[in-house]
Amino acid sequence: MGKFFAVILTLIALASAYPILTHMYVQPVDISTHGHAIDEQLSDTMAEAGFAFLGAQLLLAFFVWKYSSRKNGVKVKHLPGGAKLMVATAFIFVGTEVLALGVLGQKAWAEVYFTAPKPDALQVQAQAGQFAFYFRYPGADEKFAPLHPDKIDEGNGNYFGLDPANDVEARDDIVTAELAIPVNREIHLLMHAKDVGHSFYVRELRIQQDFVPGLDLSVHFTATKTGKYEIVCTQLCGLGHYNMKAYLNVLSQEDFDKWLKEKASEQ
Amino acid sequence: MGIKQGFVAGVAVLVVSAALYAGPSGGTISGKVTYEGTPAKQKPIDMSKEPSCAQQHATPITTETVVTGPNNALENVVVYISAGAPDDSTAPGQPAKFTQKGCQYLPHVLAFEVNQTLEIANDDQTSHNIHPLPKVNREWNKSQPPGTPPISEKYDKPEFIPVKCNIHPWMHGNFAVLKNSHYAVSQGEGSFTLPNLPPGKYTITAWHESYGDQSQEVTITGSETKTVNFVFKAKPY
Repeated sequence: MGKFFAVILTLIALASAYPILTHMYVQPVDISTHGHAIDEQLSDTMAEAGFAFLGAQLLLAFFVWKYSSRKNGVKVKHLPGGAKLMVATAFIFVGTEVLALGVLGQKAWAEVYFTAPKPDALQVQAQAGQFAFYFRYPGADEKFAPLHPDKIDEGNGNYFGLDPANDVEARDDIVTAELAIPVNREIHLLMHAKDVGHSFYVRELRIQQDFVPGLDLSVHFTATKTGKYEIVCTQLCGLGHYNMKAYLNVLSQEDFDKWLKEKASEQ
Repeated sequence: MGIKQGFVAGVAVLVVSAALYAGPSGGTISGKVTYEGTPAKQKPIDMSKEPSCAQQHATPITTETVVTGPNNALENVVVYISAGAPDDSTAPGQPAKFTQKGCQYLPHVLAFEVNQTLEIANDDQTSHNIHPLPKVNREWNKSQPPGTPPISEKYDKPEFIPVKCNIHPWMHGNFAVLKNSHYAVSQGEGSFTLPNLPPGKYTITAWHESYGDQSQEVTITGSETKTVNFVFKAKPY
């Protein structure tokens, strides 16, 4: 019975490792300049965790196989040093692993979060609210007009709370439901939440950043491939959370200029 | 009930019937609602996050806070008798129907009476959450998944109530809850007709969701037709 259990353990461990070792689940295409570092970090993490997992399971199976049919009355032998040494070893082993992942991973993280965007990055404002994303471009004057939450009038298409009657700067601001960006240009996304917590996640961009009510947060990234990708909310935000999404449309500079002009005429 | 009381009740019924019967032969107020100035530009609505709705519109629909027609006609204006007519003691039996279709409220402005049944249907393949925002009536909001039966509600006080959808932020409509049956909502030409008005002095009010309201006094003496026009000042912002 013990030997049978050891075989089952080995089979479960190998079957779990198989899809990962054979890359059965492929990563979505990476369309960002920083994404490769995140992908490498993920695969390092997977390798380290996978090695530890397989090692532990196979060792367990080996012990089960070897000692399962022992006769009664045989004295149990302990490893030298006893339980204390075992616990200390485990702490050092796991601690080193976590520390190594942190040290190696900080580069991937810092590249996105601890560096400032270039001064010529294109600024776009993103607003998350139940249950849609809206985006704002500064328009011809290259200035974002101030926001007045009391002026928000969604039935009138005023999602941000602009006051074009009194703020001249607000008259050329371009508000859209789609995030169109030029390819190979750095984007500085200025993020704020209208109501509760939300999250901006584009898997192809390898970007996931929460919107926190009351905080002005930002991320910066450069997209390298044109195409249409989904932006989803990954922070449970209420009844319509499942339905909260928008599209990221990466365009050539020429198409982007055309798109922006068309949207400006709709305001 | 004794013979005398029966007689009194009978006479009362006759008098009330006569008063009601006087309706059709009464006067009429009709007219046009227009605007002067430049109305705010209506913006196209991007529904791409809700494909089942987006594909119902060949060209994107626009916001509807100011809907205009030819010759400066102003649509979606509720014209009603705000004073001079008695309140209806019983609400009409047929329900007022409000439909969610293509992630849009149809009609954009729905007028009905106090205590009249309001029937809200979801014709879409997606869930809606209808949320009227009254100030004097009781507030509620209700989820309505696709394929579920219509929601029935009532309001017991007169009020103009903005309506929004808690799931689709661009969806916007209005309820006009009125005290009597003398009302109309201006359509394409901006015109309206209030028929069957017994002789009397009336205050007639026109209400628009963006431009507020304005009133005029009208006296009806017989079965005449009086013309009353309203002109709203439009602003670009």
